[in-house]
Amino acid sequence: MEAFEPKIVAFCCHFCAYTAADLAGTMRLQYPANIRIIRIPCTGKVDVRILLESFEKGADGVYVAGCLEGDCHYLKGNLRAKKRVNLAKRILEDTGIGGERLEMYNMSAAMGPRFAEVAREMTEKIRKLGPSPAKKAECRAQSAERKENNRPTQSAELRAPRAKSVEAREERQA
Amino acid sequence: MIIAEGKPIQDILTMIEGFSKIIVAGCKGCVTVCSTGGEKEVGILASALRLARQVQGKSLEIKEVTLERQCDVEYLEPMREYADQYQAILSLACGAGIQFVAEKFRQHPVLPAVDTKFIGVTEEQGVWTERCQACGDCVLDRTGGICPVSRCSKSIFNGPCGGSKKGKCEIDPEVDCGWQLIYDRLRELGQLAKLETILPVKDWSRSRDGGPRKRIREDLKT
Repeated sequence: MEAFEPKIVAFCCHFCAYTAADLAGTMRLQYPANIRIIRIPCTGKVDVRILLESFEKGADGVYVAGCLEGDCHYLKGNLRAKKRVNLAKRILEDTGIGGERLEMYNMSAAMGPRFAEVAREMTEKIRKLGPSPAKKAECRAQSAERKENNRPTQSAELRAPRAKSVEAREERQA
Repeated sequence: MIIAEGKPIQDILTMIEGFSKIIVAGCKGCVTVCSTGGEKEVGILASALRLARQVQGKSLEIKEVTLERQCDVEYLEPMREYADQYQAILSLACGAGIQFVAEKFRQHPVLPAVDTKFIGVTEEQGVWTERCQACGDCVLDRTGGICPVSRCSKSIFNGPCGGSKKGKCEIDPEVDCGWQLIYDRLRELGQLAKLETILPVKDWSRSRDGGPRKRIREDLKT
């Protein structure tokens, strides 16, 4: 079986985490390629629905990275995001995905090394947790389907003679 | 407005067990304003339900819709175009809306996604409090605009009772004593004399006493 490589979506604020990611690049810092960065104007733009949809569309982990508390460009966006992330965590818990797959981080634009550290931290955490339960169920269903299709089933054998008898009847009727 | 609260997701999942195609119907009226059943909440609930089903390895197709209102028949009609393709309707409207959908879509099981709580106001963003119990016989003119039926825990007239302590109710130190509020307000208005008039025994026959209530305006009827 292939080693599990988590898909992680990072919603990064334009004014801090996204710039920190830029800085991490400029500093040539290495961080896992599992992170898919989505730039947003402010973490206050993040809605519970977007977070849930990320998991629906196959993310194994999601994090929201905003400015340090008290430093939001729009004053309270990151504090609002924190509350929304907490609500989404509860919903994820209820749905069986697990709230620990979603996190909120705060950093400034000057914290390139911290950005890389967070990316590594989150990737390791999700790697340990394994694939999202939503995907696991899908894989189970697919493998069951594959087995079902490959196996010469008894019902298939039974169907054949019946088909022949149907053909014979049709011929008689003709 | 009518204030409602979303049901736990597990309860909703139990309700929709056995269905693979459902409509999740929100309402743009009161439940949108109290952030319980508007377009945004419909999206969040639908997403959460789909995720939960993915975890179970079962499919769930959801039609997300937010109607103008669920308590007026003309706004329910557009749902007829596609309702046949779905097995059940999960409504995020208040109890009235949910029942009206059930009445008009007789072939579909109609399920509640919210618990309807009370008639209230938005005290601040994210905080809603009760103001009216629809008793059908308003006395606000005599009580300084503060309702003894809904704001007093015992709904007593000519209060306060012996449980009023430092302006708070005995049921909970966080709850204001309704009659303290009435007294303070009447004092502000210079109408304390109103308290000297004993309010008569309340006529509850105009409340729920006579069964489900009905109001008819002949001039508007078709």
